[in-house]
Amino acid sequence: MVSDAVTAPVARARRPRTGTAYPRYVAGKAGGAAVSLLAVLVTGFFLFRLIPGDPVKTMTGGRPVSAAQLAEYRREFGLDLPMWEQFTDYCRKALTGDLGTSYQFRAPVIDKITEALPNTLLLTGTAFVLYTALGMFLGTRSAWRHGKLGDKLNTGLALTLYSVPSFWLGLLMIIVFAVGLGPIPGLFPTGGMESGGKEGFAYVLDVAHHLVLPVITLVAVEYGQTLLVTRSALLDEMGSDYLTTARAKGLRDDLVRRRHAVPNALLPTVTLVFVNLGRTVAGVILVETVFSWPGLGGLFYQALSVPDLPLVQGLFLFFASAVIVMNTLADLLYPLLDPRVGR
Amino acid sequence: MTADAAPATPGRLARQRRRQSAARFWRSYRTHRAGMIGLAALVLFALMALTAPLTVGSGVAGVTDAPGAPLEAPSLDFPLGTDRFGRSVLGLVVWGSRVSLLVGLLAAVLSVVIGTVVGVTAGHFKGAYATVLMRITDWFLVMPALVLAIALATVMTRSLGTVILAIGVTSWPTTARLVRAQTLAVESRPYIERAKALGGGHWHIMSRHVLPNVMPLVLAQTTLMISSSVLAEATLAFLGLGDPTVISWGGLLQDAREAGAVSAGDWWYLVPPGIAIALVALAFTLCGRAVESVLNPRLGVAR
Repeated sequence: MVSDAVTAPVARARRPRTGTAYPRYVAGKAGGAAVSLLAVLVTGFFLFRLIPGDPVKTMTGGRPVSAAQLAEYRREFGLDLPMWEQFTDYCRKALTGDLGTSYQFRAPVIDKITEALPNTLLLTGTAFVLYTALGMFLGTRSAWRHGKLGDKLNTGLALTLYSVPSFWLGLLMIIVFAVGLGPIPGLFPTGGMESGGKEGFAYVLDVAHHLVLPVITLVAVEYGQTLLVTRSALLDEMGSDYLTTARAKGLRDDLVRRRHAVPNALLPTVTLVFVNLGRTVAGVILVETVFSWPGLGGLFYQALSVPDLPLVQGLFLFFASAVIVMNTLADLLYPLLDPRVGR
Repeated sequence: MTADAAPATPGRLARQRRRQSAARFWRSYRTHRAGMIGLAALVLFALMALTAPLTVGSGVAGVTDAPGAPLEAPSLDFPLGTDRFGRSVLGLVVWGSRVSLLVGLLAAVLSVVIGTVVGVTAGHFKGAYATVLMRITDWFLVMPALVLAIALATVMTRSLGTVILAIGVTSWPTTARLVRAQTLAVESRPYIERAKALGGGHWHIMSRHVLPNVMPLVLAQTTLMISSSVLAEATLAFLGLGDPTVISWGGLLQDAREAGAVSAGDWWYLVPPGIAIALVALAFTLCGRAVESVLNPRLGVAR
């Protein structure tokens, strides 16, 4: 809604002036991303090899195991090799998509990840679209009428929800809307993604029914950030001369906001929306855990409570790389949103 | 520093100046209603945590001779009901504030100290050192902090130290960026050049000129950071990565979930710890935002 009105004039303004600058910008950002991904790979290795001392001990978790079994585990996971050999081995495997074998599922980590990924994308994607739209909409309203009652209520509610632990809000949602409290009957399922035995359209409806509470929880804890960022970005623009000019031209207040102020406030907002993806990942992990959603977050929880080190490590690599890739994509998008960037 | 003044005077002048600016700060802070509410809430929570040994006593956490029956609904004896061992939930929430606040405070201090050191040195020493340091900062900034903290807490032993470390070393980059920007602004002022001309070394400039100037920012950042550290501590404890031997708000929520309080609808077991976490986090956020807007009125924070 906001972005429709925004991209059109900006894109028009950009086109005549782009030259060779953009490819160079892309190359720079891609190079930076490659270094970051390499750093993730190295961190993943040392975090799980050096700190625990003996991964096999952590893995067996104090259960009585014979020396022969320990040696067997060590050989199986390549822990008997010298450190540098383990490292090159690990890098080679990670780059070809082999993230090792999960201790608890006895299945390749990459298979578990690809299995859970679509479910997470469904939940996160729905929530991301909703909370970004809601945050930008309310943030714009709030800034435009700043200091008024509506703004105070908006900011107050956003700050409060921002301070609420997402997992706790999820638990309360389950108690009130799934289990039912007092006169309120349980309207939604307590967890999971489907009730099973449904096909076709009924299956879609069933999944949507299961999706409601987790999505509401995620949106509630995440929209505040977008709201506050949009609000302060727009407030920065509010005093600008060009807005006075636009008003002096006789433009309607609504147009001044949509065509002039919001496009300029959009860049910091987009930046922060993407920088905050890391926070969203945290929210997703907790919400999926609470609602037993069969996604990556739920898998992460299962992995860390064992602890299933290859799975924790694989998910760590996956989450970190995903966030870096998304941020790089956002970087590549900026010059299209704001012609001042990337030249 | 002012070598031509009388020996006692520079110190006294500095102290006087600091007292004046503190008074000015307080006058300005007082006008922020939300900040004052947050501050009042914090004072109450601090008192609650500090007086907990007198009001509820450490016996409240013992599971052997618990005073009530398991999972009793709120009554006159137990205003917030009992937990799965028959302990008073009210007592546990009061007692749990000690660990939650302590861990939040220490983790925030650790994070802000790392951020300040990185920020000041990256702003002071330019060149390759700063470039590398800021690349590392940006990397940490983008990384999902909770995932990193969980990974750290998973591979280390379960203890409060682990939790503090895991939160502290993953949450410093915002502070580092802010402090570096402020350091660059301070270092471009003429008196830094004067200090250099008079032979002031790196340490002298960083500790006597830059640091006092970034301190207000660091203070605001610490306040905001405590809020997120309290939340992070609760999160780690809820995921079972905290110290299982101590009572904390996040740990209480994990207990409640494990005891099946959610499906049984035992709301009194779940609601109080969560409200406590949210109130403390909100109070620190309100204070931090008020401090920020006193120091930087351009931010346009609502009063």
